[in-house]
Amino acid sequence: MARAITNNRKIINTTAAWLIGLLIFFPILWTILTSFKTEAQAIASPPLFVGFDWTLENYQVVLERSNYARFLWNSIFIAGGSTLLGILIAVPAAWSMAFVPSKKTKDILLWMLSTKMLPAVGVLYPIYLLFIKMGLLDSILGLTIVLMLINLPIIVWMLYTYFKEIPVDILEAARMDGASLRSEILYVLTPMALPGIASTMLLNFILAWNEAFWTLNLTAAKAAPLTAFIASYSSPEGLFYAKLSAASTMAIAPILVLGWFSQKQLVRGLTFGAVK
Amino acid sequence: MRMQKNAIALTIAAVCGGASLAASADTLTIATVNNGDMIRMQGLTEDFTAKTGHTVEWVTLEENVLRQRVTTDITTKGGAFDIMTIGMYETPIWGKNEWLVPLDDMSAEYNVDDILPAMSGGLSYDGTMYAAPFYGESSMIMYRADLMEAAGLEMPAAPSWAFIAKAARSMTDRDAEINGICLRGKAGWGEGGAFITAMSNSFGARWFDENWDAQFDSREWSDTLNFYKNMMDDAGPPGYATNGFNENLSLFQQGKCGMWIDATVAASFVTNPDDSTVADKVDFALAPDNGMGVRSNWLWAWALAIPAGTEKVAAAKQFIEWATSTDYIELVAEKEGWANVPPGARISLYENENYKDIPFAKMTLESILSADPSNSTVDPTPYVGVQFAAIPEFAGIATEVSQEFSAAYAGQQTIAEALEKAQALTNDAMEAAGYK
Repeated sequence: MARAITNNRKIINTTAAWLIGLLIFFPILWTILTSFKTEAQAIASPPLFVGFDWTLENYQVVLERSNYARFLWNSIFIAGGSTLLGILIAVPAAWSMAFVPSKKTKDILLWMLSTKMLPAVGVLYPIYLLFIKMGLLDSILGLTIVLMLINLPIIVWMLYTYFKEIPVDILEAARMDGASLRSEILYVLTPMALPGIASTMLLNFILAWNEAFWTLNLTAAKAAPLTAFIASYSSPEGLFYAKLSAASTMAIAPILVLGWFSQKQLVRGLTFGAVK
Repeated sequence: MRMQKNAIALTIAAVCGGASLAASADTLTIATVNNGDMIRMQGLTEDFTAKTGHTVEWVTLEENVLRQRVTTDITTKGGAFDIMTIGMYETPIWGKNEWLVPLDDMSAEYNVDDILPAMSGGLSYDGTMYAAPFYGESSMIMYRADLMEAAGLEMPAAPSWAFIAKAARSMTDRDAEINGICLRGKAGWGEGGAFITAMSNSFGARWFDENWDAQFDSREWSDTLNFYKNMMDDAGPPGYATNGFNENLSLFQQGKCGMWIDATVAASFVTNPDDSTVADKVDFALAPDNGMGVRSNWLWAWALAIPAGTEKVAAAKQFIEWATSTDYIELVAEKEGWANVPPGARISLYENENYKDIPFAKMTLESILSADPSNSTVDPTPYVGVQFAAIPEFAGIATEVSQEFSAAYAGQQTIAEALEKAQALTNDAMEAAGYK
């Protein structure tokens, strides 16, 4: 029998949730606020929360100095491309691991995940040299491939978890009705796992959007995404915090909007299979 | 009819000229740091394009990110950049490894001899210049003249550390949130590491003896760190162990520092009334010494170099000649005023009557001239460099050493413990690198 939740309990839970939410959101809020200050106000002590003259000057300077649109499009192409490519490879891989497992399947899954524990800098030089040889340096295609590869273990793991929740009997029934492997995956499995696939794609898109090590190290002027845009406003010798905040706000704005509109889908996907 | 013929001829000439310019025009990719002078240069690039036809694509990165990025590219001969912004630390090492194009054939108009010898010397290897200084800097004392006067003291033009410590304690007013002195304590070889190394030079300390043995077990290093910590505990800002250039700049601009010893380029920031609340109260003096014949100022330059991997050497040299020329300085002066021209690179700038009026110009030049990378310590050393030793291993070692020092400033360990660890880790690293 479910335990009744009292009103007091609800108020406490709601307040706690809001407080934790605000705590997590505070750095983003502070960045947004700082972006509307002058450089002098940005470093004022005690810090100015709202009592300052709001200005759009930082955004104006950033837009004049940098080609924001190019950075933005590069981010969209790289994050979107790596996500689509990753899903195309991960769906068949997760299908085979979930429905046709071998003795080594668990080991392979763990090994795939263990590659995420490898420090990226450890393979920077080999990958950089490969990129030079293949002409992929500072190219959207090169970055798309690298980001797809580094996120692939997570995509496969997530899809594997979702697929395991789908009764194998349904797939067997489809096979008995004459469905080919392609039809089984495309028309039976995929629609049933759509919430999981969607949330995996969203998470992968966010991870690729925020990735900074490879995007900074494998690009120069042409393929640099928004992470490079932010890095161009950071300086250890000069106070550019307000401009840096404006650049950061512009870089995170698209992903914040995406996250806001797709939060239900994200939560649903991430908690899929959590309660049995 | 004649006019028509002339018009046709002119059109053909223009088309041919344009075609010729277009045929020889390159697009240069330049990696640079984000600071005021470099951003200003980006804004003036149209002048270079108008003169040469070459266009420029900028890759601006934070200093440490840039260092890692260009190091990866140059060591693999990646060719991602046609020009790199590098400093005095990298230039001789990369020049020695033949990773850079020698800049030994600059045009006569460029006038290489006009570059300050301290700069051209620090950016050379074996007598050949491998990078052209865009701007140069040393370090000096920036202080509040009003607070110094209120403390009943007068700053000498070339003060000692003993005077600085006394003045710092006298100027400190904790109730009014005024710290007598603000200095770097943040971990990092280019942050607190640079400051304490330059300071240690004036105390007679050195990183290595002639046999590449670490010297952190010497009395001179112990004296340096104890003096620094005692003074900062008494007169420095709270949390100084994590303060770098930006944190101290912020404190000084808000009127919370009596003195600040740091990069000469900061002078233009603290005297700018748009950003600094104490702009009209700042004066300058040479970095202190300790009566041993060596001052505690460093020497640095941000310079433009051509990586050996690029195929656009000719266009890259044209850009470097444009950006580090006297004409460029005049262009900046015309557009942004003399206070904003890149300092510390050319002798002629300091002979210019217009520039002599800038309050920090004289002290900047004197500071640069008093730093000698080849003779930066009291006792002889096997390395070149004032606030660094120009060997590839230094950046990694010095970052670890400065972490130990910062932990001591923060009270997480004693100075003796920090020096003991620094000695051990430095000797281990030097042994592993084959120096011993």
